[in-house]
Amino acid sequence: MSEKELRVSKIRNGTVIDHVTAGQALNVLAILGIDGSGGESVSVGMNVPSDKLGLKDVVKVEGRELSQSEVDVLSLIAPEATINIIRDYEVIEKNRVERTESVTGILVCPNHNCITNGDEPVQTEFDVLEDGVRCAYCGTIVREGDVAEHIDARGSGETAL
Amino acid sequence: MLQDHLISAAHLSRDDIEAVLDHAAAIDADPEFVRGRHDGRVLALCFFEPSTRTKMSFETAMKRLGGETIDMGSVESSSVKKGESLADTVRVIEGYADALVLRHPSEGSAKLASEFVEVPLVNAGDGAGQHPSQTLLDLYTIRENAGLDDITVGIMGDLKYGRTVHSLAHALTNFDVRQHFVSPESLRLPRNVRYDLHEAGAQVREHTDLTEVLPELDVLYVTRIQRERFPEEREYREVAGEYRIDNEVLADARDDLTVMHPLPRVDEIAPEVDETARAKYFDQAHNGVPVRMALLDSLLGGDR
Ligand SMILES: [Zn+2]
Repeated sequence: MSEKELRVSKIRNGTVIDHVTAGQALNVLAILGIDGSGGESVSVGMNVPSDKLGLKDVVKVEGRELSQSEVDVLSLIAPEATINIIRDYEVIEKNRVERTESVTGILVCPNHNCITNGDEPVQTEFDVLEDGVRCAYCGTIVREGDVAEHIDARGSGETAL
Repeated sequence: MLQDHLISAAHLSRDDIEAVLDHAAAIDADPEFVRGRHDGRVLALCFFEPSTRTKMSFETAMKRLGGETIDMGSVESSSVKKGESLADTVRVIEGYADALVLRHPSEGSAKLASEFVEVPLVNAGDGAGQHPSQTLLDLYTIRENAGLDDITVGIMGDLKYGRTVHSLAHALTNFDVRQHFVSPESLRLPRNVRYDLHEAGAQVREHTDLTEVLPELDVLYVTRIQRERFPEEREYREVAGEYRIDNEVLADARDDLTVMHPLPRVDEIAPEVDETARAKYFDQAHNGVPVRMALLDSLLGGDR
């Protein structure tokens, strides 16, 4: 996406997440914990034509920059995504997401008997495998295509401490 | 030798395993040489679910090293029942003891607990996860009877929820062992264990029928299929019956087959097998004490 197009979107301060894998925009919002109730100004483009991906999704969030753990999970569901940080209508930083070795917080272990689903003072931790993630506590593997289903509904990226 | 905690058999290297087994063999041959070595030291037994044997085995091991054990009593009567977190419980108990043994019904509990304590912690079973001290005594028994390289091991029963199976399968990847897993379709190895075996380059095959592999086996490790894994009693009976061994089933096995079981058994091994030279499950249980003595001695710094 060119700088010119971004200006058209009229985000003053915030983040544009571009080149999101088509169909993943709503999961991106889930990762960011955005369900509309927080009053953020959000615009979402779905199945937008893209040279790179054929079709892509785009998510623009006013007044919000992403934490590292959010970017880490994003890299799993949208490995081609670029993150543009906007301040005063200017793209001041443009980053590709990078796959990390592990993601902390944000994902919930699907194993109901996993200790991280109990009332313990720890964040979830998942090691990133080639095609999925694995709970660092109980070892349960979540395939890449299923990762989005296990995003913490609270969306804060912080488990209760 | 081993440092700090023992959480998963996946963390054990061949060298770690051999060091513990050699030390256990030396203790077995002459228990006197470690007597009193850990005088006055205290091992806390934190059993969040009952396991009389594992607990007594650790207790005996610690006492034979000259140490003492403390025990949190039944979970029903403790603060755990009142909703205290595991993290808090182990942090408190750490203040009383030089090492902790933890048995807990949730997977990953031992790893979590180990993050909150400085003293050595041994996982004595975390839900359907791991049971690495059992694995060390299993390996000890296998080594005594069949050696640990160039052997074929069959592991049969509940492979899905059987933590002793998960730990053993991981540990065997350190050796030149062909592993055959025999179970009903619904109780086959979980995905994460299969993933690890694949990553380790292990020689693994899965079967639903023991007769396919029985004649090749040096070791047959039998585990119990639990009634509660099945919605219907009838279904359970059908499955359990197929994975029960007796002398007739074993007629096709090698004469020097080693039959093992982590115990307690219900009826998956007929009592008539006990009378044969193949039955090693009681020896296996006895090996728990020298192996756990070796393990505790190593974790408590006996070699320093
Ligand atoms: Zn887990």
